[in-house]
Amino acid sequence: MADIVFDNVTKRYPDGYEAVKGINLEIADGEFMILVGPSGCGKSTALNMIAGLEDISEGELRIGGEVVNDKAPRDRDIAMVFQSYALYPHMTVRQNMAFPLTIVKTPKEEVTRRVEEAAELLDLKQHLDRKPSQLSGGQRQRVAMGRAIVRDPKAFLMDEPLSNLDAKLRVQMRTSVARLQDQLGTTMVYVTHDQTEAMTLGDRVAIMRAGELQQVGTPMELYNQPVNLFVAGFIGSPSMNFLPATLEGDTLKLPMADVQLPRERREAMGRIDESKPLIAGIRPEDFEDAGVVGGNGGTTFKTRIDVLEAMGSEFYAHFTIDAAKEELGSSEELRELQADAGGDAPGGGFDVVARLDQTSSARPKQESEIWINTEKIQIFDPESGRNLGVAAKSSKS
Amino acid sequence: MHHTRKEVTLWSIALAVVLVYCLIPVVWIISLSLKKPEDIADQKFLPSSISLENYEQVFSEGAFTAALRNSIGIALLATIISIVLAAMAAYAITRLEFTGKALILSGALAIAMFPPISIVGSLFDMWRRIGLFDTWLGLIIPYMTFTLPLAIYTLSAFFREIPWDLDKAAQVDRATPWQAFTKVMVPLAAPGVFTAAILVFIFAWNDFLFAIVLTSTDASRTVPAALAFFTGGSQFTDPTGAIAAAAVVVTIPIIIMVLVFQRRIVAGLTAGAVKG
Repeated sequence: MADIVFDNVTKRYPDGYEAVKGINLEIADGEFMILVGPSGCGKSTALNMIAGLEDISEGELRIGGEVVNDKAPRDRDIAMVFQSYALYPHMTVRQNMAFPLTIVKTPKEEVTRRVEEAAELLDLKQHLDRKPSQLSGGQRQRVAMGRAIVRDPKAFLMDEPLSNLDAKLRVQMRTSVARLQDQLGTTMVYVTHDQTEAMTLGDRVAIMRAGELQQVGTPMELYNQPVNLFVAGFIGSPSMNFLPATLEGDTLKLPMADVQLPRERREAMGRIDESKPLIAGIRPEDFEDAGVVGGNGGTTFKTRIDVLEAMGSEFYAHFTIDAAKEELGSSEELRELQADAGGDAPGGGFDVVARLDQTSSARPKQESEIWINTEKIQIFDPESGRNLGVAAKSSKS
Repeated sequence: MHHTRKEVTLWSIALAVVLVYCLIPVVWIISLSLKKPEDIADQKFLPSSISLENYEQVFSEGAFTAALRNSIGIALLATIISIVLAAMAAYAITRLEFTGKALILSGALAIAMFPPISIVGSLFDMWRRIGLFDTWLGLIIPYMTFTLPLAIYTLSAFFREIPWDLDKAAQVDRATPWQAFTKVMVPLAAPGVFTAAILVFIFAWNDFLFAIVLTSTDASRTVPAALAFFTGGSQFTDPTGAIAAAAVVVTIPIIIMVLVFQRRIVAGLTAGAVKG
């Protein structure tokens, strides 16, 4: 067991492309750290650098206080689970799991004992003498985990280990990964592109974009105090709605309504020019059917619901807010978020999603009155993408 | 796929034609080898009476058994050394980035395209000087020269099919590069190893040119070369029957080799390594 420290680590390929740009990250001993971001953000490269499968161009990587930049993977004492599982197809499950032990000439009895233990833990006992090709996807995934845990390494590295499983199994395995890490108490670095996995699994989550660390914090910190547009849009499902806005005194002018900001929130943002274009971010659950909330203040507006999705415990109401798209500016972060979410909605205006209570009387194709929780509106600077309400302590740079 | 009756018939006829065309010379040689020496010229396709006289004659001559021993030894050694070297070279070529990689591959192929006759003369002189003439090694070396490129090509095609993640997994699982190669890569490329081995073995086993030029005695003369030195029972009898018998005998190891290794060439050995 050991801590892992990235000290200004950069990965530069021979063609000059920087996959990881000088990241600083401290992963404590026994911590469950998630690296998350859209594809191509450098998270897998970062993980491979811990494993020793990628060279480090600049900076220092320390495992357990020891600089490992020039150490071969086998000398780093880390175990890794690959997205493809990478099981040895010509070996049985038992041989696969024993491989990391037999390769360093561990005594036979100990190998047997440890493999049996791991098989017990992962419920693989009855499959030990089968070949990987005879196993289902979920079983293969568990064998891959078993091969990692037989060793008692300094740290576990997981490269999207659940992404090849079907949705139901993924949720199930997610719980068992969390339980496993808790049982073993070993440092774990887990790479995923799935924000739900990131939110539910880790002690702390590190969000990456284009090779840079955006924000590191507990899932709730990231959710409630995103430092920039990218983090705000990436975390949360359905994702945060972004709308153009301007500020006049304490009043935030949104396309559909004027919102009176609480004094302390307005003060936290400091001086902002009256005409400066801003981006307001509102999470779906910060909307509500005005009828459900009752008349306890806040701002309401009327809109026509385009689509109403019944989720059982709640509704997702989609409606369109008329405003020119250009008003959001040309933020690189927003564009990337949209690409990650599968493209932009067609037509003019903004497609907004609101999460309404199951008692809501909203009906599709009909006018409804929607309430906004003004306490929770986040305000971003379109140029820098920075969240104006959050002190820029743990942001990039 | 569903085939109509007409298609099946046509295909069967075509197959039969090809099969007959390929097998007639083989049947003919077997028939010749089973004829009595005096019946050789009887102009009949099948022997009128079967005799093993030719086989007895072949094995009674020390030259043939010596040649058989040389053939087996030289072909096996050439195959083993060639495959070991080719496997390491192919692995390096598929997994490592180094300058001159393309040059090595095309250079290797160029060597294989060289007509052997163009180098055999100078090889004869060279081998005489350095004492490799009429030795096993003197034949093994040129055989390797001509089979290595093919073996490297075949094996690198197989190594390329093995997912990179397996290399990485082996590294993380604390295997040295050599262990990763021998315990993970080679077993997975086994079909390729056997394919290449068959090709190399057949080349070495059937070679006549190098064998006839670079050997002079029973110390290293292989069967194809030894056949050329066969004589009849007397000065006036034709050795056709004996040559046919010897030809049948030398074909048997090849058939056994191919049959044995063919079973090992199972497709889909890597199934289950990665998702899917």
